[in-house]
This record gives sequence, C-alpha cells and structure tokens, in this order.
Amino acid sequence: MSAVYITGVGSISSQKTFDNTEFLKEIFTYTDNVISVVNPNYKEYIPPAAARRMAKGIKMGVVASRIALKDANIENVDAIITGTGMGCVRDSEKFVSAIIDNNEQYLTPTSFIQSTHNTVGGQIALGLQCKGYNFTYVHASVSFESALLDAQLQLENNEADTILIGGVDEHGDHTITIHKLINHIKPEKTESTKVLDSKTEGAIFGEGANFFVVSTKKQDSSYAEVIAIQTYNTLSETEVSHAAQLFLKDNDLTIDDIDAIVLGNNGDVKYDTFYNELSLNLFKETQQICYKHLCGEFNTASSFGVWLASKILKTQELPDVVRLNKKSISNFTTILLYNQYRGENHSFTLLRKC
Amino acid sequence: MSKGVAITGMGIISAIGNNVAENYQSLINGEKGISRVSKIDTIHKDAIMVGEIASTNLELEQQLGLTPDNNYSRTALLGAIAAKQAIQDARISDINAYKTGLVSATSVGGMDMTEAYYYDYLENKNTQKYIEGHHAGDSTQKIAEQLGIKKSLVTTISTACSSAANAIMFGARLIKSGKLDRVVVGGADCLSKFTINGFKTLMILSDTYNTPFDENRKGLNLGEAAAFLVLESDKVIAAEKKEVLGYVKGYGNANDAYHQTASSENGDGATLAMQKAIKVAAYTAKDIDYINAHGTATGNNDLSEGRAILRVFGEEIPDFSSTKAYTGHTLAAAGAIEAVYAVLALQHNIIYPNLNFKTQMKEFDITPQLELKEKELHTVLSNSLGFGGNCSTVIFSKEQ
Repeated sequence: MSAVYITGVGSISSQKTFDNTEFLKEIFTYTDNVISVVNPNYKEYIPPAAARRMAKGIKMGVVASRIALKDANIENVDAIITGTGMGCVRDSEKFVSAIIDNNEQYLTPTSFIQSTHNTVGGQIALGLQCKGYNFTYVHASVSFESALLDAQLQLENNEADTILIGGVDEHGDHTITIHKLINHIKPEKTESTKVLDSKTEGAIFGEGANFFVVSTKKQDSSYAEVIAIQTYNTLSETEVSHAAQLFLKDNDLTIDDIDAIVLGNNGDVKYDTFYNELSLNLFKETQQICYKHLCGEFNTASSFGVWLASKILKTQELPDVVRLNKKSISNFTTILLYNQYRGENHSFTLLRKC
Repeated sequence: MSKGVAITGMGIISAIGNNVAENYQSLINGEKGISRVSKIDTIHKDAIMVGEIASTNLELEQQLGLTPDNNYSRTALLGAIAAKQAIQDARISDINAYKTGLVSATSVGGMDMTEAYYYDYLENKNTQKYIEGHHAGDSTQKIAEQLGIKKSLVTTISTACSSAANAIMFGARLIKSGKLDRVVVGGADCLSKFTINGFKTLMILSDTYNTPFDENRKGLNLGEAAAFLVLESDKVIAAEKKEVLGYVKGYGNANDAYHQTASSENGDGATLAMQKAIKVAAYTAKDIDYINAHGTATGNNDLSEGRAILRVFGEEIPDFSSTKAYTGHTLAAAGAIEAVYAVLALQHNIIYPNLNFKTQMKEFDITPQLELKEKELHTVLSNSLGFGGNCSTVIFSKEQ
C-alpha cells in the first residue's frame, strides 16, 4: 500500500485563502447570514473571455484547481475527483425559472449545460486536456470526503500516482431564499466572529472551492499525509464518541495521540450538540479548532477544514482566530477532523505531518 | 481484500417492466416502452417520445407503504423500489450482518418537485417539505433508510449519463479494498421538465422512436428508471454460501476532454474507458462476447462510440446492440439498468436486438445485432458515456 500525501492546495473562500504565501493573516469578518467568497483576480488564472463566460461556481473550481496544481508544481494529473452538494446552483435556478416563467419557450442550452453536477470536473479536464478518471460525488456534507476516499483507494492501490480532488459549492438566490424558509439559515444577521456562540437555529451559509493535489510521491513541500477517512450515513449524538474511538483504534491511535481536533461547528444550536459530544468529553483535553465562522456552512465546507488542517501541519502555526480552546501544544503531528450537517452525513478524517 | 466482486441480487423498474422478470420478458419479446408523455404537463408532449414508467407517484408511495407526509421525489420512489428488490433478490435478511454500503447515482434528484413547487414554496408551507428533497444525495439517503443501512458508507455520484456505471465502479473498488463487505450500487432518475427542456434546447431529442446506430437517427428518447445490484465480497459468498449471478470483472472511466456535452468524433474517452476496463479485467479484446452499447441514437454519440469500438476491437467486433430503443435514455440510471440487462444476457446466453435499425451508418461498416440471438456468453461489456466528457465501461462475467 502506498502512502497518500497532500502536495498542493488551492482555496477560494470567504477569506483571502487563494494566496498560498499567506495563512489567515488578514481576517474578513461579516455581519450577515449569507456570505460570499473573496474573489481572486480570475483573469490572472484563466483567459479573460473564459472568465466572463464561466458561471461563478465553475470559475471558482477551475481557478482553485489551477492554484493547487501550481502549488504542487505539476501541470497535469491522472484523475480529477470533485465533490459538490448541490452542483452549479445558479445555472440550475436560471434554467428552472426560465422554464416556468417562459412556459418552456425561448430557452437556450447554456444554463442547462452548466447546471450539471459534473460540469466543474468536466471543465477542469477540458482545460488541462486530462483524459483520466473523472468522478463527481454529490452527497451533501460528505461529497468532498467521498472524493478524498476515492482518491485514497486509487493511490493506495497504485491505480494512479497523482490526483486532483476538490469540493465546490456556490450560492444561488432562490436556494438561499427557500432554505431560510425551513430554518437552515440564521434568521438574523449574525457577526461571523461570534456565530459559534449563537443560541439560535440555522447556520451562516457560505460558498467556496477547495482543491488539493494528492499523490503517492512525497515532496519537501508536501502538506500532510492522508491516513484515513470514514463516512457514516447517520450517527446519533451518543454514537459519535464511540465512532470516534473506533476510528482511532482502527488506525492504532488513542485520543492522546491526537494533537488537534478540527470540528465543523457552525453555530446551529440544534446540531452543534454533535460536536459538543467530542469537545466537552472525549477531546476535552485536546486542542480544538473550528473554521465555519470563517467560511460559512456549505455542503463541501469540510474541504476548507482539510485546507486548514493541511496548512497547520505544514507551517506548524495555529492562527488564533481558529482556536476554540487554548492548549499548550507546540507541535502538530496528527490532526483529526469531524464534520456533519444537521445530524447526518458524518465524517472522520485523519491527517499526519509529513 | 477481495479478489472477486460478486453480483448476488438485482432490482429494476423501468418503462419496460416493474421488476427484473418483466424487464427480461420485454427484452426478449422486443417490447418497447416508448410512448408520448402522460404524467408531466409539458408543452412538448406531441414533439417528443419518452420511456415513462406506468405507475403514478401515489401508486409508488403505496407500494413502499409511505405516509402522505413523506417528501420523496419520484427519483427516490423509483430508487427505493428497485433497491429493495435487489436486497430481496440477494436473500439478505439482516443488512447490518456485514459492513454494507450504498452508492447510488442520480442527475435529476428532486428536481421534479423543485420545478413543480419552485415559487409555491414561498407561499405554501405544505410544499416546503420538498426543499430538503432537492439535492442529489437526498434520494440516496431515503434509499438507505428503506434498506436499513444506518451507520455505514452511503454516497451519491453524478456524472451525467455515466453516473450509475460509475457507482458500480466505485462499489467494486470498495469491495476489492475491503472497505466494505457488501455494497448496493446503481442509480435512479425520473423524467422532469428540466431534463426534457434541457435536452430539447440541445436539439438531441427525437420526435419519434429512437434508432440507435442508424444512419438516419435523429436523437434520443428520454426515459426514467432505477436499478440496483448487490455486490458482495468473496468472504460473504463463502460464509453465506451465496448463489452468484455474475461478477463485476473490469471497469474503466476516462474523460473525453473534448467538449462539455458532445463526444469527440474519434471517441477518445470511450476508447480509453474500454481499454481500461479490459485491462482491469485482465482480458484482451477477444475475450469480450457482447457489447451493450450506450447507443443513444444521437448523431454524435453513436458516431463517437462506433469509432471507439472499432479502435478497441479492430476488425473483430463482438456482437453489439443498444437497448435504448426499449427504455429510452434513463440518464443517471442508464448504466444500472444496462448492468441488469448485461447480467441477464449472461445468465440466459442471450443478445438483445438493437430495435428500430434500418440503415447502416456510412462512416463505418458495422451493424448491430438486429435479432434476438442465442450465444454462449462468458463476458458482456457495457458502455455509458456522458456530458462533461465522462466515459465509463463495466465488464460483467460469469467466472470470477
């Protein structure tokens, strides 16, 4: 079995994460219940004409992947595997509303073509002229984890050497409107830096694209080794702790071996209780890290969590803004990530310093 | 680790039947399921033909024993029915006795409800339950719930028309790697205004019966369907003394990297996918006895796929046919229903006729199998080619 390393990262989020020379130096704060990405200058990465033509989610995905490839110092890959919870929402909305508003007349294909879930993966392949394996996972909050698991299986079994993986989700106006109706989104504008202390239901909805080059070839510049990923359809609150212990045991680890735990708290009082099971009990003595106050909640937000953990392992720095508690930890070797959304689609991911 | 990926159960619902036996009867009797749209209020009713499943949503709900407050999309209803058939066929009484996962595929997801209630959600609280049912993963989660898969790995793949073939591929690798002992793989897609209008704007829908690989083909018929296979490891087969219907022997996925919706004329992606699948199976091209072609009857697909078949097989092309004249193109479900058809072909040593063919394509000298043919089959190769250049091939075999 080959080891799997993260050798390049590329992130477009609600923070200025597209610049790999920085690590959360300047923090963008928001007072809202829906936040958007901080856009890089897309024209620096793709031709201006293409930048104008591409839908937002596609652009985010294509550019984040370019950043990751450049970071890994490579030009092509053996496979491209993407995760997205909702696909390209803006174009889906555009096409549906046109069907309804125009009574199925005067329609053009562009927004239909750009609405398919695997559009981002297809566009990246076109740009790179990559004829390799190309999959898109679309399973809510484990879409990115499914992509990572697939990549790990292929790399471990020497079916590929280098794979590009990523998670992408974008906002759509109608999608936001209807999710407010069913209390998925905070009813009030909330200061992002304080959202994790919130006592109300719902999350701050975000968007983003986080891409990684994963490879069997370790480099001096590598970020982390991917040790294990496990996803769970459902877990009750009381089952989360047991699942965590079993996951660690399966990897010959104990809680004491974990230098930090990265948790997907999003400030939803109803569902952050799942994270509390770990942070208030099992991992009470562990350095706890959060990130969704920075990037918002979206189906592939956990990819931002993996970006964060990877940067911590490579730089051995822990920005204060992501600390949930303060432990005197000076060295990060093993980081555990846990995520879920509204009590479903749970995941544990283990990363280790190279 | 598992050497073999055994198929022990199958389930299917499509325009040509509500279960495996009915589908098989339609296939051997040449009975098409293509007709005018009846359940969707579309202005294109008289301009297109589709492979629509006879049952209404209410009938499907009753079949599943759902209460009226359910928020199942039609995709979820079809998927749950087919998946439950597969579990029953595999004689599984305790789904959690082994590490069992679910990998499902869909492209439509809950769009049928979204388009019906798009603006109504803003006014009518009663329809808001479908909001959570829109995303692709929701139909898979409902299927998992129906099957009783609670904690295990459950995920969804969406790569347009190759989606379910890719679900089979990922499922096979999960079994081979030992990540799972058993996995239910397949896909479901219902008809929707969204896809009808989407394909209409691309001008690739036929106004009459689709004619795969025919010189005068003029587009596809959309269809709706769901199908699932149960894949089990050597360990489970031995422990439970299971009957094996066939094996997933090889698989390959490649990207055409040519255009967002059209396939390359030389069939690069399809060629690579078939070559990869043959390699994974440790076969040569000569080992393939029958090709269940994607054969959508669009100008582009059949040319591209035909050329790819020539590139892979040269002068000795195995018998091939497309079953899309029977069912229509069921999008994400296509790779799964055709997997069921491939396994049935293996079991019965039957090659299905490529219906509606009249004139050979002028670009090459190949003709699909036109009549029902009895032939000893050891292997069947199935192609699924999709938007975004996604090309997939799965090889099924009798022997491990």
